[in-house]
Amino acid sequence: MAKYLLLKHYRGAPAPVNDVPMEKWTPEEISAHIAYMSDFANRLVRTGEFVSEQALLPEGTWVRYDGEGRPPVTDGPFAETKDLIAGYMIIDVDSHERAVELAGELSAAPGKDGKPIHEWLELRPCFAEMPTITE
Amino acid sequence: MTPEELRSLTPGVLGILVRRGADFAAAEDAVQDALAEALRVWPDDPPRDPKGWLVTVAWRRFLDAARSEAARRRREEAADQEPPPGPATSVDDTLQLYFLCAHPSLTPASAVALTLRAVGGLTTRQIAEAYLVPEATMAQRISRAKRTVSLVRFDQPGDVATVLRVLYLVFNEGYTGDVDLAAEAIRLTRQLATTIDHPEVYGLLALMLLHHARRAARTGDDGGLVPLAEQDRTRWDTTLIAEGVLILQAALARDRLGEFQAQAAIAALHADAPRAEETDWVQIVEWYDELARLTDSPVVRLNRAVAVGEADGARAGLAALSDLDQTLPRYAAVAAYLYERDGDGKRAAELYAEAAAQAPNLAERDHLTRQAARLHRQL
Repeated sequence: MAKYLLLKHYRGAPAPVNDVPMEKWTPEEISAHIAYMSDFANRLVRTGEFVSEQALLPEGTWVRYDGEGRPPVTDGPFAETKDLIAGYMIIDVDSHERAVELAGELSAAPGKDGKPIHEWLELRPCFAEMPTITE
Repeated sequence: MTPEELRSLTPGVLGILVRRGADFAAAEDAVQDALAEALRVWPDDPPRDPKGWLVTVAWRRFLDAARSEAARRRREEAADQEPPPGPATSVDDTLQLYFLCAHPSLTPASAVALTLRAVGGLTTRQIAEAYLVPEATMAQRISRAKRTVSLVRFDQPGDVATVLRVLYLVFNEGYTGDVDLAAEAIRLTRQLATTIDHPEVYGLLALMLLHHARRAARTGDDGGLVPLAEQDRTRWDTTLIAEGVLILQAALARDRLGEFQAQAAIAALHADAPRAEETDWVQIVEWYDELARLTDSPVVRLNRAVAVGEADGARAGLAALSDLDQTLPRYAAVAAYLYERDGDGKRAAELYAEAAAQAPNLAERDHLTRQAARLHRQL
Protein backbone atom coordinates (compact mmCIF):
# COMPACT_ATOMS: atom_id res chain seq x y z
CA MET A 1 0.00 0.00 0.00
CA ALA A 2 1.18 3.50 -0.73
CA LYS A 3 -0.15 6.80 0.52
CA TYR A 4 -0.97 9.71 -1.80
CA LEU A 5 -1.95 13.31 -1.17
CA LEU A 6 -4.70 14.75 -3.36
CA LEU A 7 -4.46 18.54 -3.47
CA LYS A 8 -7.49 20.43 -4.69
CA HIS A 9 -6.27 23.50 -6.53
CA TYR A 10 -8.67 26.39 -7.08
CA ARG A 11 -6.25 28.59 -8.94
CA GLY A 12 -2.81 28.17 -10.34
CA ALA A 13 -4.00 25.42 -12.67
CA PRO A 14 -5.60 25.79 -16.11
CA ALA A 15 -9.30 26.69 -15.93
CA PRO A 16 -11.47 23.61 -15.45
CA VAL A 17 -14.08 22.77 -18.09
CA ASN A 18 -17.16 23.56 -16.00
CA ASP A 19 -15.68 26.58 -14.22
CA VAL A 20 -18.61 28.42 -12.65
CA PRO A 21 -18.12 30.01 -9.19
CA MET A 22 -20.07 28.17 -6.52
CA GLU A 23 -22.25 31.16 -5.63
CA LYS A 24 -23.75 30.96 -9.08
CA TRP A 25 -24.91 27.37 -8.58
CA THR A 26 -28.39 26.55 -7.31
CA PRO A 27 -28.63 25.46 -3.66
CA GLU A 28 -29.52 21.97 -4.90
CA GLU A 29 -26.39 21.87 -7.03
CA ILE A 30 -24.30 22.85 -4.01
CA SER A 31 -25.95 20.16 -1.90
CA ALA A 32 -25.32 17.59 -4.60
CA HIS A 33 -21.66 18.62 -4.75
CA ILE A 34 -21.21 18.34 -0.99
CA ALA A 35 -23.03 15.00 -0.89
CA TYR A 36 -20.74 13.69 -3.63
CA MET A 37 -17.62 14.64 -1.69
CA SER A 38 -18.92 13.12 1.50
CA ASP A 39 -20.03 9.92 -0.27
CA PHE A 40 -16.62 9.69 -1.87
CA ALA A 41 -14.84 9.85 1.51
CA ASN A 42 -17.23 7.37 3.10
CA ARG A 43 -16.77 4.96 0.24
CA LEU A 44 -13.00 5.09 0.71
CA VAL A 45 -13.41 4.33 4.42
CA ARG A 46 -15.39 1.24 3.43
CA THR A 47 -12.78 0.08 0.92
CA GLY A 48 -10.04 0.64 3.51
CA GLU A 49 -8.35 3.36 1.45
CA PHE A 50 -9.16 6.51 3.45
CA VAL A 51 -6.52 8.18 5.59
CA SER A 52 -7.43 11.83 6.12
CA GLU A 53 -9.07 14.87 4.60
CA GLN A 54 -9.31 18.54 5.45
CA ALA A 55 -10.90 21.54 3.78
CA LEU A 56 -8.82 24.71 4.09
CA LEU A 57 -9.77 28.37 4.60
CA PRO A 58 -8.74 30.61 1.70
CA GLU A 59 -6.57 33.01 3.74
CA GLY A 60 -3.14 31.46 3.28
CA THR A 61 -0.11 33.47 4.33
CA TRP A 62 3.50 33.18 3.19
CA VAL A 63 5.86 33.49 6.14
CA ARG A 64 9.63 33.94 6.08
CA TYR A 65 12.37 34.29 8.70
CA ASP A 66 13.78 37.80 8.45
CA GLY A 67 16.83 37.71 10.69
CA GLU A 68 17.59 37.55 14.42
CA GLY A 69 15.29 39.63 16.60
CA ARG A 70 13.07 40.74 13.74
CA PRO A 71 9.49 39.64 13.18
CA PRO A 72 8.97 37.15 10.35
CA VAL A 73 8.06 38.64 7.02
CA THR A 74 4.56 37.87 5.81
CA ASP A 75 3.03 38.79 2.52
CA GLY A 76 -0.45 39.23 3.92
CA PRO A 77 -3.54 37.62 2.43
CA PHE A 78 -3.28 35.98 -0.97
CA ALA A 79 -3.94 38.07 -4.02
CA GLU A 80 -6.46 36.80 -6.54
CA THR A 81 -3.85 35.53 -8.93
CA LYS A 82 -2.16 33.23 -6.44
CA ASP A 83 -2.54 29.50 -6.33
CA LEU A 84 -5.08 28.47 -3.75
CA ILE A 85 -5.48 25.05 -2.22
CA ALA A 86 -9.03 24.39 -1.17
CA GLY A 87 -8.36 21.24 0.74
CA TYR A 88 -6.66 17.93 0.68
CA MET A 89 -7.34 14.24 1.05
CA ILE A 90 -4.85 11.50 1.87
CA ILE A 91 -5.54 8.00 0.58
CA ASP A 92 -3.78 4.66 1.04
CA VAL A 93 -4.04 2.53 -2.09
CA ASP A 94 -2.50 -0.54 -3.74
CA SER A 95 -1.11 1.21 -6.81
CA HIS A 96 -0.47 4.48 -8.58
CA GLU A 97 -3.15 3.53 -11.14
CA ARG A 98 -5.71 3.27 -8.33
CA ALA A 99 -4.65 6.68 -6.98
CA VAL A 100 -5.12 8.25 -10.42
CA GLU A 101 -8.50 6.57 -10.80
CA LEU A 102 -9.70 7.95 -7.45
CA ALA A 103 -8.36 11.44 -8.16
CA GLY A 104 -10.28 11.34 -11.44
CA GLU A 105 -13.45 10.43 -9.57
CA LEU A 106 -12.98 13.21 -7.05
CA SER A 107 -12.44 15.67 -9.87
CA ALA A 108 -15.79 14.61 -11.37
CA ALA A 109 -17.80 16.04 -8.45
CA PRO A 110 -20.99 17.63 -9.81
CA GLY A 111 -21.11 21.43 -10.19
CA LYS A 112 -23.21 23.82 -12.23
CA ASP A 113 -26.10 22.09 -14.05
CA GLY A 114 -25.20 18.87 -12.24
CA LYS A 115 -22.29 18.38 -14.62
CA PRO A 116 -18.82 17.40 -13.42
CA ILE A 117 -16.68 20.39 -12.48
CA HIS A 118 -13.51 18.78 -13.92
CA GLU A 119 -11.57 20.27 -11.02
CA TRP A 120 -7.77 20.08 -11.18
CA LEU A 121 -6.21 17.87 -8.53
CA GLU A 122 -2.56 17.44 -7.84
CA LEU A 123 -1.59 13.90 -6.92
CA ARG A 124 1.56 13.58 -4.79
CA PRO A 125 2.99 10.32 -3.45
CA CYS A 126 4.00 10.32 0.23
CA PHE A 127 7.34 8.93 1.34
CA ALA A 128 7.00 5.43 2.73
CA GLU A 129 8.24 4.35 6.13
CA MET A 130 11.76 3.02 6.07
CA PRO A 131 11.54 -0.73 5.50
CA THR A 132 13.20 -3.20 7.83
CA ILE A 133 15.33 -4.55 5.01
CA THR A 134 17.29 -2.35 2.64
CA GLU A 135 20.75 -3.84 2.55
CA MET B 1 -2.03 -15.64 31.96
CA THR B 2 -0.65 -12.54 30.22
CA PRO B 3 -2.47 -10.84 27.33
CA GLU B 4 0.35 -12.08 25.05
CA GLU B 5 -0.20 -15.69 26.11
CA LEU B 6 -3.91 -15.27 25.66
CA ARG B 7 -3.28 -13.79 22.22
CA SER B 8 -1.17 -16.76 21.21
CA LEU B 9 -4.15 -19.07 21.88
CA THR B 10 -6.43 -17.07 19.59
CA PRO B 11 -5.52 -18.53 16.19
CA GLY B 12 -5.91 -22.11 17.43
CA VAL B 13 -9.37 -21.43 18.84
CA LEU B 14 -10.44 -19.51 15.75
CA GLY B 15 -9.08 -22.28 13.51
CA ILE B 16 -11.17 -24.89 15.32
CA LEU B 17 -14.37 -22.88 14.93
CA VAL B 18 -13.71 -22.31 11.23
CA ARG B 19 -12.98 -26.00 10.70
CA ARG B 20 -16.23 -26.92 12.46
CA GLY B 21 -18.00 -24.93 9.78
CA ALA B 22 -18.42 -21.53 11.43
CA ASP B 23 -18.47 -18.59 9.06
CA PHE B 24 -15.15 -16.72 9.43
CA ALA B 25 -16.57 -13.38 10.55
CA ALA B 26 -19.00 -15.00 13.01
CA ALA B 27 -16.23 -17.20 14.37
CA GLU B 28 -14.02 -14.19 14.94
CA ASP B 29 -16.78 -12.35 16.81
CA ALA B 30 -17.37 -15.43 18.96
CA VAL B 31 -13.67 -15.76 19.79
CA GLN B 32 -13.47 -12.07 20.73
CA ASP B 33 -16.43 -12.56 23.08
CA ALA B 34 -14.74 -15.59 24.61
CA LEU B 35 -11.50 -13.64 25.14
CA ALA B 36 -13.38 -10.83 26.85
CA GLU B 37 -15.11 -13.37 29.06
CA ALA B 38 -11.76 -15.00 29.86
CA LEU B 39 -10.26 -11.69 30.97
CA ARG B 40 -13.23 -11.21 33.28
CA VAL B 41 -13.48 -14.72 34.77
CA TRP B 42 -9.96 -16.18 34.78
CA PRO B 43 -8.34 -13.97 37.44
CA ASP B 44 -10.70 -15.49 40.05
CA ASP B 45 -11.23 -18.88 38.48
CA PRO B 46 -8.34 -19.96 36.21
CA PRO B 47 -9.22 -22.90 33.95
CA ARG B 48 -7.14 -26.07 33.88
CA ASP B 49 -7.20 -26.13 30.08
CA PRO B 50 -7.31 -22.49 28.86
CA LYS B 51 -7.62 -23.39 25.21
CA GLY B 52 -10.35 -25.96 25.78
CA TRP B 53 -12.19 -23.39 27.87
CA LEU B 54 -11.94 -20.80 25.09
CA VAL B 55 -13.12 -23.26 22.45
CA THR B 56 -16.14 -24.25 24.53
CA VAL B 57 -17.16 -20.68 25.31
CA ALA B 58 -16.50 -19.40 21.78
CA TRP B 59 -18.44 -22.26 20.22
CA ARG B 60 -21.37 -21.60 22.58
CA ARG B 61 -21.28 -17.92 21.63
CA PHE B 62 -21.21 -18.84 17.97
CA LEU B 63 -24.22 -21.14 18.36
CA ASP B 64 -26.09 -18.47 20.33
CA ALA B 65 -25.49 -15.98 17.54
CA ALA B 66 -26.43 -18.49 14.87
CA ARG B 67 -29.59 -19.46 16.78
CA SER B 68 -30.77 -15.87 16.87
CA GLU B 69 -30.93 -15.82 13.10
CA ALA B 70 -33.83 -17.80 11.78
CA ALA B 71 -32.16 -18.18 8.42
CA ARG B 72 -29.36 -20.11 10.04
CA ARG B 73 -31.62 -22.60 11.79
CA ARG B 74 -30.77 -25.50 9.54
CA ARG B 75 -27.08 -25.09 9.88
CA GLU B 76 -27.48 -24.78 13.63
CA GLU B 77 -29.37 -28.05 13.80
CA ALA B 78 -26.69 -29.76 11.77
CA ALA B 79 -24.08 -28.34 14.11
CA ASP B 80 -26.00 -29.54 17.16
CA GLN B 81 -26.08 -33.07 15.80
CA GLU B 82 -22.37 -33.12 15.27
CA PRO B 83 -20.64 -35.17 17.98
CA PRO B 84 -18.73 -32.96 20.41
CA PRO B 85 -15.16 -32.91 19.21
CA GLY B 86 -12.44 -34.27 21.46
CA PRO B 87 -9.19 -32.48 22.24
CA ALA B 88 -8.41 -30.29 19.28
CA THR B 89 -5.52 -31.00 16.94
CA SER B 90 -4.40 -27.42 17.23
CA VAL B 91 -1.54 -27.83 14.78
CA ASP B 92 -3.65 -28.23 11.66
CA ASP B 93 -6.24 -25.67 12.70
CA THR B 94 -3.70 -22.89 13.19
CA LEU B 95 -2.06 -23.76 9.92
CA GLN B 96 -5.37 -23.64 8.12
CA LEU B 97 -5.95 -20.18 9.55
CA TYR B 98 -2.62 -18.98 8.14
CA PHE B 99 -3.62 -20.29 4.72
CA LEU B 100 -7.05 -18.70 4.92
CA CYS B 101 -5.72 -15.27 5.95
CA ALA B 102 -3.18 -15.31 3.12
CA HIS B 103 -5.68 -16.50 0.54
CA PRO B 104 -4.85 -15.41 -3.04
CA SER B 105 -8.32 -13.83 -3.41
CA LEU B 106 -7.19 -11.08 -1.00
CA THR B 107 -5.05 -8.08 -1.92
CA PRO B 108 -1.69 -8.08 -0.13
CA ALA B 109 -2.83 -5.22 2.12
CA SER B 110 -5.97 -7.13 3.12
CA ALA B 111 -4.09 -10.38 3.67
CA VAL B 112 -1.62 -8.59 5.94
CA ALA B 113 -4.39 -6.93 7.95
CA LEU B 114 -6.38 -10.14 8.31
CA THR B 115 -3.33 -12.16 9.33
CA LEU B 116 -2.39 -9.65 12.03
CA ARG B 117 -5.97 -9.61 13.27
CA ALA B 118 -6.91 -13.29 13.13
CA VAL B 119 -3.60 -15.11 13.52
CA GLY B 120 -1.72 -12.43 15.45
CA GLY B 121 -4.66 -11.47 17.63
CA LEU B 122 -3.78 -7.75 17.42
CA THR B 123 -6.55 -5.22 17.93
CA THR B 124 -7.81 -3.25 14.96
CA ARG B 125 -6.48 -0.08 16.62
CA GLN B 126 -2.99 -1.54 16.91
CA ILE B 127 -2.95 -2.55 13.25
CA ALA B 128 -4.32 0.85 12.19
CA GLU B 129 -1.60 2.63 14.16
CA ALA B 130 1.11 0.46 12.67
CA TYR B 131 -0.04 1.30 9.15
CA LEU B 132 -0.86 4.96 9.89
CA VAL B 133 -4.49 4.86 8.84
CA PRO B 134 -7.62 5.66 10.88
CA GLU B 135 -9.10 2.83 12.91
CA ALA B 136 -12.38 2.99 10.95
CA THR B 137 -10.48 2.50 7.69
CA MET B 138 -8.62 -0.52 9.04
CA ALA B 139 -11.83 -1.97 10.52
CA GLN B 140 -13.42 -1.81 7.08
CA ARG B 141 -10.34 -3.27 5.41
CA ILE B 142 -10.47 -6.22 7.80
CA SER B 143 -14.19 -6.78 7.54
CA ARG B 144 -13.99 -6.74 3.73
CA ALA B 145 -11.22 -9.30 3.94
CA LYS B 146 -13.36 -11.44 6.24
CA ARG B 147 -16.26 -11.27 3.83
CA THR B 148 -13.99 -12.29 0.96
CA VAL B 149 -12.63 -15.36 2.72
CA SER B 150 -16.07 -16.28 4.06
CA LEU B 151 -16.93 -17.29 0.52
CA VAL B 152 -13.85 -19.50 0.27
CA ARG B 153 -14.49 -23.20 0.73
CA PHE B 154 -11.43 -24.27 2.56
CA ASP B 155 -11.04 -27.99 2.12
CA GLN B 156 -7.49 -28.29 0.85
CA PRO B 157 -4.17 -26.98 2.06
CA GLY B 158 -3.22 -23.53 0.83
CA ASP B 159 0.05 -22.38 -0.65
CA VAL B 160 2.91 -22.00 1.85
CA ALA B 161 4.61 -19.48 -0.45
CA THR B 162 1.61 -17.12 -0.18
CA VAL B 163 1.70 -17.29 3.62
CA LEU B 164 5.43 -16.60 3.66
CA ARG B 165 4.99 -13.62 1.36
CA VAL B 166 2.42 -12.10 3.73
CA LEU B 167 4.68 -12.63 6.76
CA TYR B 168 7.59 -11.11 4.84
CA LEU B 169 5.46 -8.05 4.02
CA VAL B 170 4.64 -7.63 7.70
CA PHE B 171 8.30 -7.92 8.67
CA ASN B 172 9.46 -5.54 6.00
CA GLU B 173 7.11 -2.78 7.13
CA GLY B 174 8.67 0.06 9.08
CA TYR B 175 6.80 0.38 12.33
CA THR B 176 5.01 3.05 14.28
CA GLY B 177 2.54 2.81 17.13
CA ASP B 178 2.80 0.39 20.00
CA VAL B 179 3.25 -2.79 17.96
CA ASP B 180 6.63 -3.76 16.60
CA LEU B 181 5.68 -5.37 13.31
CA ALA B 182 9.10 -6.94 12.78
CA ALA B 183 8.89 -8.67 16.17
CA GLU B 184 5.30 -9.65 15.45
CA ALA B 185 6.28 -11.17 12.08
CA ILE B 186 9.02 -13.16 13.80
CA ARG B 187 6.58 -14.40 16.44
CA LEU B 188 4.09 -15.51 13.78
CA THR B 189 6.77 -17.18 11.66
CA ARG B 190 8.06 -19.05 14.71
CA GLN B 191 4.53 -20.22 15.37
CA LEU B 192 4.13 -21.27 11.73
CA ALA B 193 7.40 -23.19 11.95
CA THR B 194 5.98 -25.26 14.82
CA THR B 195 2.93 -26.22 12.76
CA ILE B 196 4.50 -27.00 9.40
CA ASP B 197 7.72 -28.64 8.37
CA HIS B 198 8.95 -26.75 5.32
CA PRO B 199 12.53 -25.58 4.70
CA GLU B 200 11.42 -22.21 3.34
CA VAL B 201 9.56 -21.43 6.57
CA TYR B 202 12.87 -21.90 8.37
CA GLY B 203 14.61 -19.93 5.63
CA LEU B 204 12.29 -16.98 6.20
CA LEU B 205 12.61 -17.23 9.98
CA ALA B 206 16.41 -17.27 9.70
CA LEU B 207 16.31 -14.28 7.34
CA MET B 208 14.14 -12.29 9.74
CA LEU B 209 16.33 -13.12 12.75
CA LEU B 210 19.51 -12.15 10.91
CA HIS B 211 18.09 -8.81 9.79
CA HIS B 212 16.50 -8.14 13.16
CA ALA B 213 19.85 -8.77 14.84
CA ARG B 214 21.30 -5.74 13.03
CA ARG B 215 18.41 -3.42 13.78
CA ALA B 216 20.04 -1.39 16.57
CA ALA B 217 23.02 -0.64 14.32
CA ARG B 218 21.03 0.30 11.22
CA THR B 219 20.12 3.82 12.33
CA GLY B 220 22.28 6.46 13.99
CA ASP B 221 21.31 8.53 17.03
CA ASP B 222 19.84 11.13 14.68
CA GLY B 223 17.61 8.51 13.02
CA GLY B 224 19.76 8.55 9.87
CA LEU B 225 20.53 5.43 7.89
CA VAL B 226 23.86 3.69 8.62
CA PRO B 227 24.97 1.52 5.69
CA LEU B 228 26.04 -2.04 6.37
CA ALA B 229 29.74 -1.37 5.88
CA GLU B 230 29.73 1.46 8.44
CA GLN B 231 27.63 -0.24 11.11
CA ASP B 232 29.02 -0.70 14.61
CA ARG B 233 29.12 -4.48 14.61
CA THR B 234 29.37 -4.68 18.39
CA ARG B 235 25.74 -3.51 18.41
CA TRP B 236 24.61 -6.56 16.45
CA ASP B 237 22.64 -9.07 18.52
CA THR B 238 24.90 -12.12 18.46
CA THR B 239 22.30 -14.37 20.11
CA LEU B 240 19.83 -13.73 17.30
CA ILE B 241 22.57 -14.18 14.70
CA ALA B 242 23.61 -17.52 16.19
CA GLU B 243 20.01 -18.69 16.27
CA GLY B 244 19.41 -17.53 12.69
CA VAL B 245 22.51 -19.29 11.41
CA LEU B 246 21.58 -22.51 13.21
CA ILE B 247 18.06 -22.49 11.78
CA LEU B 248 19.43 -21.73 8.31
CA GLN B 249 21.96 -24.56 8.43
CA ALA B 250 19.26 -27.05 9.39
CA ALA B 251 17.10 -25.79 6.51
CA LEU B 252 19.93 -25.93 3.95
CA ALA B 253 20.74 -29.49 5.06
CA ARG B 254 17.33 -30.51 3.72
CA ASP B 255 18.61 -29.77 0.22
CA ARG B 256 15.42 -28.04 -0.95
CA LEU B 257 16.70 -24.57 -1.66
CA GLY B 258 14.27 -21.67 -1.93
CA GLU B 259 14.62 -17.91 -2.21
CA PHE B 260 14.28 -17.19 1.51
CA GLN B 261 17.03 -19.67 2.36
CA ALA B 262 19.28 -18.08 -0.28
CA GLN B 263 18.56 -14.58 1.04
CA ALA B 264 19.22 -15.77 4.58
CA ALA B 265 22.51 -17.29 3.45
CA ILE B 266 23.59 -13.87 2.13
CA ALA B 267 22.53 -12.19 5.38
CA ALA B 268 24.43 -14.86 7.33
CA LEU B 269 27.63 -14.20 5.35
CA HIS B 270 27.36 -10.50 6.22
CA ALA B 271 26.71 -11.36 9.86
CA ASP B 272 29.71 -13.67 9.90
CA ALA B 273 32.24 -10.96 9.06
CA PRO B 274 33.83 -9.38 12.16
CA ARG B 275 34.74 -6.36 10.04
CA ALA B 276 33.19 -5.17 6.75
CA GLU B 277 36.49 -5.76 4.90
CA GLU B 278 36.40 -9.42 5.89
CA THR B 279 33.07 -10.06 4.17
CA ASP B 280 33.19 -13.15 1.95
CA TRP B 281 31.98 -11.39 -1.22
CA VAL B 282 32.90 -14.30 -3.50
CA GLN B 283 30.48 -16.58 -1.69
CA ILE B 284 27.88 -13.82 -1.59
CA VAL B 285 28.06 -13.53 -5.39
CA GLU B 286 27.51 -17.29 -5.64
CA TRP B 287 24.40 -17.02 -3.47
CA TYR B 288 23.13 -14.15 -5.61
CA ASP B 289 23.57 -16.42 -8.64
CA GLU B 290 21.42 -19.03 -6.89
CA LEU B 291 18.88 -16.38 -5.97
CA ALA B 292 18.75 -15.07 -9.55
CA ARG B 293 18.15 -18.62 -10.76
CA LEU B 294 15.31 -19.10 -8.25
CA THR B 295 13.53 -15.77 -8.72
CA ASP B 296 14.67 -14.24 -12.00
CA SER B 297 14.18 -10.91 -10.23
CA PRO B 298 15.85 -7.75 -11.62
CA VAL B 299 16.23 -6.44 -8.06
CA VAL B 300 18.30 -9.50 -7.22
CA ARG B 301 20.52 -8.86 -10.24
CA LEU B 302 20.95 -5.26 -9.11
CA ASN B 303 22.10 -6.43 -5.67
CA ARG B 304 24.31 -8.97 -7.37
CA ALA B 305 26.08 -6.16 -9.24
CA VAL B 306 27.02 -4.61 -5.89
CA ALA B 307 28.43 -7.92 -4.68
CA VAL B 308 30.35 -8.40 -7.94
CA GLY B 309 31.79 -4.91 -7.49
CA GLU B 310 33.08 -5.92 -4.06
CA ALA B 311 34.34 -9.33 -5.12
CA ASP B 312 35.95 -8.47 -8.48
CA GLY B 313 36.34 -4.70 -8.44
CA ALA B 314 34.22 -1.72 -9.45
CA ARG B 315 34.73 -2.27 -13.19
CA ALA B 316 33.28 -5.78 -12.99
CA GLY B 317 30.38 -4.40 -10.93
CA LEU B 318 29.67 -1.73 -13.56
CA ALA B 319 29.80 -4.39 -16.28
CA ALA B 320 27.24 -6.48 -14.36
CA LEU B 321 25.11 -3.35 -14.03
CA SER B 322 25.21 -2.55 -17.74
CA ASP B 323 22.79 -5.39 -18.61
CA LEU B 324 20.13 -4.03 -16.30
CA ASP B 325 17.20 -1.70 -16.85
CA GLN B 326 18.11 1.80 -15.66
CA THR B 327 14.58 2.47 -14.44
CA LEU B 328 14.91 -0.15 -11.69
CA PRO B 329 14.39 1.23 -8.19
CA ARG B 330 17.77 2.06 -6.58
CA TYR B 331 19.63 1.59 -9.89
CA ALA B 332 21.10 5.09 -9.66
CA ALA B 333 22.21 4.52 -6.06
CA VAL B 334 24.06 1.34 -7.00
CA ALA B 335 25.64 2.98 -10.05
CA ALA B 336 26.73 5.96 -7.92
CA TYR B 337 28.41 3.67 -5.43
CA LEU B 338 30.29 1.76 -8.14
CA TYR B 339 31.38 4.91 -10.02
CA GLU B 340 32.78 6.37 -6.82
CA ARG B 341 34.77 3.20 -6.15
CA ASP B 342 36.01 3.37 -9.73
CA GLY B 343 37.32 6.88 -9.04
CA ASP B 344 34.72 8.91 -10.95
CA GLY B 345 33.53 11.19 -8.15
CA LYS B 346 31.79 13.65 -10.46
CA ARG B 347 29.59 11.03 -12.11
CA ALA B 348 28.96 9.44 -8.70
CA ALA B 349 27.80 12.76 -7.21
CA GLU B 350 25.33 13.29 -10.06
CA LEU B 351 24.00 9.77 -9.68
CA TYR B 352 23.64 10.09 -5.90
CA ALA B 353 21.60 13.26 -6.39
CA GLU B 354 19.46 11.46 -8.97
CA ALA B 355 19.03 8.50 -6.61
CA ALA B 356 18.02 10.84 -3.76
CA ALA B 357 15.27 12.33 -5.91
CA GLN B 358 13.84 8.84 -6.49
CA ALA B 359 14.25 7.50 -2.94
CA PRO B 360 11.10 5.88 -1.57
CA ASN B 361 11.58 6.98 2.05
CA LEU B 362 13.07 9.91 3.89
CA ALA B 363 15.88 8.05 5.63
CA GLU B 364 17.20 6.82 2.29
CA ARG B 365 16.78 10.20 0.62
CA ASP B 366 18.69 11.96 3.37
CA HIS B 367 21.45 9.37 3.27
CA LEU B 368 21.84 9.67 -0.52
CA THR B 369 21.75 13.46 -0.40
CA ARG B 370 24.57 13.40 2.17
CA GLN B 371 26.58 11.12 -0.13
CA ALA B 372 26.14 13.55 -3.03
CA ALA B 373 27.10 16.49 -0.79
CA ARG B 374 30.18 14.66 0.51
CA LEU B 375 31.40 14.05 -3.05
CA HIS B 376 30.66 17.61 -4.17
CA ARG B 377 32.85 18.89 -1.35
CA GLN B 378 35.72 16.71 -2.58
CA LEU B 379 35.42 17.76 -6.23
